[in-house]
Amino acid sequence: MRALRRNPMRAMLTTLGIVIGVGSVIAMMEIGTGSSSAIKDAISSMGANVLMVVPGTAASGGISFGAGSVTTLTPEDCEAIRRECPAVRDAAPMVRARTQIVYGNRNWVPTQLEGTTPAYLGIRDLTVAEGSSFTDRDVLNTNKVCLLGNTIVRELFQGESPIGKEIRVNNISFRVVGVLGSKGANMMGMDQDDILLAPWTSIKYRVTGSSLASENQSATSGSSASVNTLSNLYPGGPSLYPEQSATQAADNPMPVRFANIDRIMATARSSQEIPAAIRQITDLLRERHHIRPGQPDDFNVRDMTEMTNTLTSTTTLMTNLLLCVAMISLVVGGVGIMNIMLVSVTERTREIGLRMAVGARSRDILRQFMVEAVVLSLVGGALGILLGHGGSLLVRLLLRWPVATSPAAIAAAVLVAAAVGIIFGFYPAWRASRLDPIDALRYE
Amino acid sequence: MELIELNNIHKTYQMGEISVPVLKGISLTVAQGELVALMGASGSGKSTLMHLLGCLDRPTSGEYWLEGEEVSRLSADERALLRNRKIGFVFQSFNLLPRTSALDNAAMPLSYTADHLSERESRRRAAEMLERVGLKDRLDHEPSRLSGGEQQRVAIARALINRPPLLFADEPTGNLDSRTSVEVLRMFQQLNEEDGITIILVTHDPNVSRHAERVIHIQDGVIVDGAFSSKEEPAPAQTLSAAPAAKARVVI
Repeated sequence: MRALRRNPMRAMLTTLGIVIGVGSVIAMMEIGTGSSSAIKDAISSMGANVLMVVPGTAASGGISFGAGSVTTLTPEDCEAIRRECPAVRDAAPMVRARTQIVYGNRNWVPTQLEGTTPAYLGIRDLTVAEGSSFTDRDVLNTNKVCLLGNTIVRELFQGESPIGKEIRVNNISFRVVGVLGSKGANMMGMDQDDILLAPWTSIKYRVTGSSLASENQSATSGSSASVNTLSNLYPGGPSLYPEQSATQAADNPMPVRFANIDRIMATARSSQEIPAAIRQITDLLRERHHIRPGQPDDFNVRDMTEMTNTLTSTTTLMTNLLLCVAMISLVVGGVGIMNIMLVSVTERTREIGLRMAVGARSRDILRQFMVEAVVLSLVGGALGILLGHGGSLLVRLLLRWPVATSPAAIAAAVLVAAAVGIIFGFYPAWRASRLDPIDALRYE
Repeated sequence: MELIELNNIHKTYQMGEISVPVLKGISLTVAQGELVALMGASGSGKSTLMHLLGCLDRPTSGEYWLEGEEVSRLSADERALLRNRKIGFVFQSFNLLPRTSALDNAAMPLSYTADHLSERESRRRAAEMLERVGLKDRLDHEPSRLSGGEQQRVAIARALINRPPLLFADEPTGNLDSRTSVEVLRMFQQLNEEDGITIILVTHDPNVSRHAERVIHIQDGVIVDGAFSSKEEPAPAQTLSAAPAAKARVVI
């Protein structure tokens, strides 16, 4: 210890290697963890945590009609998922339609005309750029209000503010209450701004009057229901199909489910909880739908596997990259320590000889130099932590980069600093302890 | 009692294929409480002999009895312990630790003793030793602020801190002017007389050996004269030493 104090300049320079090494590791880790979680958030906001619950497939005589050909999901299912699945952050029902919308003398067919609840905005990470969202009360009251995406605003309004204007959706008048923030195209190149959102009750009961049946031709079972609803809405119109007799009706009972929804959008609390969320939703829906063990599900839960994979590979890549940088700077610091320790051993050869002459055993010499190396690297590690932490704080304050303090990185840095001291201090210390006292005393 | 007894010591260095004999059958004795000078020209094997006597090295063959213990076959660590307990060294170039106070310099060997002393106890002992060599008011001085004579006296205090019975001085006055040389040599004589410490002065300077009771001359690896203390054997016919009259020996 005193030997270190005797040459403060050299000790300081030696330590500097480790200070910079550990400091850069800490700063890298903190900045890296910050940007890594920022990237994670960004990918999540693209919908990586989103789970889609779609109805199962109908099959008749070995011919499958594809996903969504039966309607088995209800808004109550959605409520139950929201309430009872701990891994699910939020869930919203969804009813889809494809129809023309008209404003003034212009018309447009949005690719996404979706009825849902306000929770959907949170799930898809949509923002309201102008005006406000519709509310749960609007959903409850089947109010004719809607939110528009930028593409529709551009196509229909041409620079006019759409807020408060009435548009006609399938000849039903809807008031525009807000404009969604722009999202651009999604990964498949689909325009995400070509969207109209309205309370699902309004879309279901006022616009489509039915479920997927109106757009899915294979779902013949629902067609007459849709006809019936249409005739309920516009009574007095001509009947499209011959009336069923009582016997026919008894032979072919219509599944009477007035509140079918097309799908449920749910979001897991985090990307790690996606599998748990899928399991919970499956269990819950099987129970609610009274499906016996062994029977196939009448629904499917889909996750965004592609996005999740992107997310994990991105974070893994990031972590590995940081690890490489960390290793390099620590090895450089360690070589610095070894270098200075070797110089120190050479420079203090006579001192070592003297110590041996007055009775120091080689293990005493070894211990002395090891202690010096470890003390240097530990002090360097401590200073490095402060430096790295300060550096990352500075980066956060000046560049506004996201930064996350990671106690694991700090602990690892301390351990690694000590290890570097021991590993790179050992060789010079061993060299010192192997010196012959006679040669060492004679050394000039 | 003989403190040191060498019996037909050989030391041969191996320089690749060639073996270079440096000591060719040395036998000598040094009694407790003697002040002996070991003289010889450079290359005579004087330094090698001193390293063997100081247990810094091992002889190729022969016996070395130190205080009735055969030490020529001890391992490096055992010799280190032996040096710590029984032998003090004073060097030509002082070999003090730079930027370290006289007190810490003198206390340094204590950190290698088997029975560890407390920090306070070792400082007290170092201060006592420095006082003994007349450096009472220089305790906190670093070597760079001490004169040559003072530095050598710090080195003597360091050599004596473990109260060894044997003290080696390798050209102790080589770096000192004549006046301080005399002071330092007086100090050796005083330590020899008052504390009964056996001192071996290694030198090539007749002015230094004059302060010794007996002079051992070595030439080309063999002892020319003065190998045995005058007590047991009659003094050799011819001696260069103008040693003062035999001194009363203090038995420890």
